[in-house]
Amino acid sequence: MATIRDVMPAFELFQPASIDAALTLLDQHGTDAWVLAGGLDSFDWLKDRIKRPAVVVDLSGVAELKGVRASGDGVEIGAMTTLTEVVRHPLIKEKFSILLEAAEAAASPQIRNQGTIGGNVSQDARCWYYRAGWPCYRAGGNICYADTPQAINREHAIFDADRCVAVNPSDTAPALIALGAQMVIRRTGGERVVEAEDYFIGPGTDITRMTALAAGELLTAIRIPGTFAGARFYFEKVADRNVWDFPLVNVASAMRLEGGTIQALRIAANGVAARPRRLITVEQVLAGRRPDDAAAVTAAGEAAIAGAEPLQHNGYKVPLLRNLVRRALRGTEDS
Amino acid sequence: MDLLTWGRSPWGEWILTHISWDLLWASLFAGVAFLVAHAGYLLLSPHRVRPAAETDTLEAARTDLPKRIPRHSLAARLFHWVMAASMFVLLLTAFLPIAGVKFAWVTWHWAAGLVLTASILFHIVHASVWMDFWSIWVGPKDLPELKSELLRELGHDAPGAKPGKYPLGNRLYHTAIVLAGLSVAATGILMMWRVRTPFFTRNPYLLGDTTWGVTYVTHGLAGVGLVGLVIAHVYFALRPEKLWLTRSMLLGWITRRQYLEHHDPERWVPR
Repeated sequence: MATIRDVMPAFELFQPASIDAALTLLDQHGTDAWVLAGGLDSFDWLKDRIKRPAVVVDLSGVAELKGVRASGDGVEIGAMTTLTEVVRHPLIKEKFSILLEAAEAAASPQIRNQGTIGGNVSQDARCWYYRAGWPCYRAGGNICYADTPQAINREHAIFDADRCVAVNPSDTAPALIALGAQMVIRRTGGERVVEAEDYFIGPGTDITRMTALAAGELLTAIRIPGTFAGARFYFEKVADRNVWDFPLVNVASAMRLEGGTIQALRIAANGVAARPRRLITVEQVLAGRRPDDAAAVTAAGEAAIAGAEPLQHNGYKVPLLRNLVRRALRGTEDS
Repeated sequence: MDLLTWGRSPWGEWILTHISWDLLWASLFAGVAFLVAHAGYLLLSPHRVRPAAETDTLEAARTDLPKRIPRHSLAARLFHWVMAASMFVLLLTAFLPIAGVKFAWVTWHWAAGLVLTASILFHIVHASVWMDFWSIWVGPKDLPELKSELLRELGHDAPGAKPGKYPLGNRLYHTAIVLAGLSVAATGILMMWRVRTPFFTRNPYLLGDTTWGVTYVTHGLAGVGLVGLVIAHVYFALRPEKLWLTRSMLLGWITRRQYLEHHDPERWVPR
């Protein structure tokens, strides 16, 4: 492990008061700039002296980026809204309780008070080989230290490993994918909106990034449509301990039933690949079936793990994912 | 501009990781600068072509030759175009992501690399057994030809001293592409042990850190070198005075006049 030092290397700190001012700074400094949200991922990097940005743009003073607002029959959440605010907001509680559960499952109360939803979905991989600053693929080198016969890779990917086997550690990400959320990304002179599942990118596409955010871009808001407002939700996270831990695997589903059969279903899992994995084959298997159809649920569980390629020490994630998916579909933690 | 990229290993040692990708832009610039300079020189210089009368005389004396002279067999042409296609896939999958076009490139890259390697192996066997193996290489015997070519480039009339089957430029290019191609193929095969493929059990510790570093740097240098070489090759293939050669790589033959104008019948006797 890298040694955490108390004193960070010097950088130029900017504290803009508006999105436009922040974007101007990001545009000016390009790849030299580091975006600071809640700081919970950033300060690890900076104190470890592994990331040494010349410029840090602190978003904590940008009021436009904070708060939960009604938007049609859905909601829009500012990227700098803390996880605690998400958990406590009545609109989230009333319409999208799956996001409440997911946000509440993240880390610890203190961290949720400081950590933002934008930071939670944009945080970097937690692979310790990578976080130690070694020249692995994700760090721009040419090796994956976690995918070797000797490696400790209990927490790593079972799907879509493309040189790098790190996983995405976000708890809110699968819930947002299940809700069909959209991510609002702005840069100087423009805005683009991407589906939550496309916000996350795997190592095959870009091994040094976890999200679609390019230099100069800022995630400003997350829009959740009303499609699944008040639907049947399920979120479950399995971690080594219940508080202050990243998921080994988590699963989130949003389901609409009509006459007992599934009319609409979105389900996603995280902790199994470098990007949260929307389980489209599971959705297809269950289309038009009843969630209490044991054969269909069993088939869906198998569909969820098809193509899994576990590493030396993470084979347990395969049955774990299968069972979590089955539970999500049945809507109960009873096995 | 740094030429190489270094990282610090878990044991605290500095290790080579790969070349600096600035070299890609340098190679691109060099390739484009060369073709601009060459095209400019040909437009503005006193460059001489062979007198038509010289060829007329030769053609009148060699009516015994067929009108079409076979230049490239079907197997040779297939090899060339398969190699060209795989080379383009390799270069695009290697360098587009570096240039900012992001896509899942690794599988396409090693698959194209295997096609290139297989085509190279085929070519080695084919050229050794069925072709005039030495006709493509350069050596002291080519000095008179080099002298004539240089004189013509400098604006002098310089008859005679023609090449055998392959012009001097072709042979020099072939030497460069052999060096770059074999380097990139050999190192690429080794690098397949570092990614997941159906062919090898992944083993990033197959070689030591230093050897891996040299492997990656060699692959990178050969790769960016190929960028410049491919630009030059495409440029010459499309130049008006070279189109007869490009056409022969498609059709397999050249005309009797082209044969007599550009080749020395003593050095290349068509089979």
